[in-house]
Amino acid sequence: MKKNLVGNEIDVNEEGYLTDMSHWNQGIAQAIAKEEGIGPLTEAHMKVISYLREQQTKGAPLTIRSMGKSGLVTTKELYDLFPGGPLKKSSKIAGIPKPVGCI
Amino acid sequence: MTKHLLILGGGTSGTMMTNHLRRRLPADEWRMTVVDRSEKHLYQPGLLFLPFGIYQESDILRDTRDFIPRGAEFIQSEIERISQESHLVTLSGGRELVYDILIIATGCRTAPEETEGMLGPKWRVNVHDFYTLDGARALRSKLAEFQGGRVVVHVNEMPIKCPVAPLEFTFLADTFFRERGLRDRITLTYVTPLSGAFTKPRASKKLSHLLGDKGIELVTDFVAERVDQEHDKLVCYDGREVPYDLLITTPTNMGDASVQRSSIGDDLNYIPTHKHTLQSLKDPDVFVIGDATNLPASKAGSVAHFESETLADNILLHIAGKPLKEEFDGHSNCFIESGNGKALLIDFSYEHEPHEGRFPFRFGPLRLLEESRLNHWGKLAFRHVYWNLLLKGRPLPGISRTKKKPIDSKTTKES
Repeated sequence: MKKNLVGNEIDVNEEGYLTDMSHWNQGIAQAIAKEEGIGPLTEAHMKVISYLREQQTKGAPLTIRSMGKSGLVTTKELYDLFPGGPLKKSSKIAGIPKPVGCI
Repeated sequence: MTKHLLILGGGTSGTMMTNHLRRRLPADEWRMTVVDRSEKHLYQPGLLFLPFGIYQESDILRDTRDFIPRGAEFIQSEIERISQESHLVTLSGGRELVYDILIIATGCRTAPEETEGMLGPKWRVNVHDFYTLDGARALRSKLAEFQGGRVVVHVNEMPIKCPVAPLEFTFLADTFFRERGLRDRITLTYVTPLSGAFTKPRASKKLSHLLGDKGIELVTDFVAERVDQEHDKLVCYDGREVPYDLLITTPTNMGDASVQRSSIGDDLNYIPTHKHTLQSLKDPDVFVIGDATNLPASKAGSVAHFESETLADNILLHIAGKPLKEEFDGHSNCFIESGNGKALLIDFSYEHEPHEGRFPFRFGPLRLLEESRLNHWGKLAFRHVYWNLLLKGRPLPGISRTKKKPIDSKTTKES
């Protein structure tokens, strides 16, 4: 399905996650963040988002632990930056798929 | 001189690979060795049933050697180090094994020490696990005497092996307590770091009602900072707390410690592996299978089974100097206990989420993503399939290594 984000028609899935991470830009990130009740996005948010996009491009699995270990942010800070669901919200804002289980 | 194929790990993956390749590699050209720390082979899916007394230990334990074919040597030992540059594996006693081709099938394990407070004085008193034989045994005794209170089933961190097992455990616990007339004295809560018990759209739509129907409470997006054993509660990084009388946790899973000692894994000791060929990304003579890989597939026996068929072909291609098949598609196929003598069957891959339909083929007797008694009997029967066909690398009738493309769900419903 399509969604209008800052004047662009973007492909998203039924939960609002971008289906193609290359359609992402910072304006889109700000718009999704606003919808999620987060932001405005600061440099600290953007560091996490860039890291997520990098890992996703490499095909590396995203875990809260790997983010904590990356030295970017502690898990506590991650909850402070993205309250309510750090991985699912940061992934949505970063334009990458939601972390899921097998069902 | 004969060449040497070395297989690290004699669990599901290692045993299947030994059987596949011993049949296919000429004995006068290839010697084969399997190394595992244990002389006992554990049917891991059975750990889900042991705490409820549905299976006994004798149902789920066999001698590892009984499944290693003639013409392959079994060595019982811990693995100290893998040195890929020199094609050498050092065992814990110092013995060195030189290989021409290495298959790493060292699996993964639970690591309760990774979470603060988990291994405190109440570990296996009221903080339990069921992914180990000792843990499942201790939990069986605990459940047999449990009379009521707050039962919390918890997943600490993804990825975990058999990712649906904690949810299945919750469903089976509901039935277990109900049958004992204790259910109204018990609250049952499922705590997950993910955004729901079901995270994929079709499964979520189809199955979310199961929790409500069974009166199971759900706590999501919960990453445990610590287990507070003094006050019997789980504490989340964001300050939320979940109190318990009985905690059944699934600790963080990690790859084998030998992977860490050899510096060939990621943060969780999983080995970077090509997701379609199963070749190591570092060394073409090294292949990785099962829970030891970093693949974005489920850590499950069915995945290992499908991988083993592709990997056996690829090792022969590699020996012949031919290009490998980029064949493995993340195919997974699992029975999921939903309680009350029923189960679901799911079939999915990297590309396709679990969907509705029939199995095997498109007309088989089993229904996908739907509760049925037949699926439950299928799950119980699978133990025999495991011991008699799967471990021996025999084909499972009607089950293909790659995922069959689902037909449109609308059509499926009408069929």
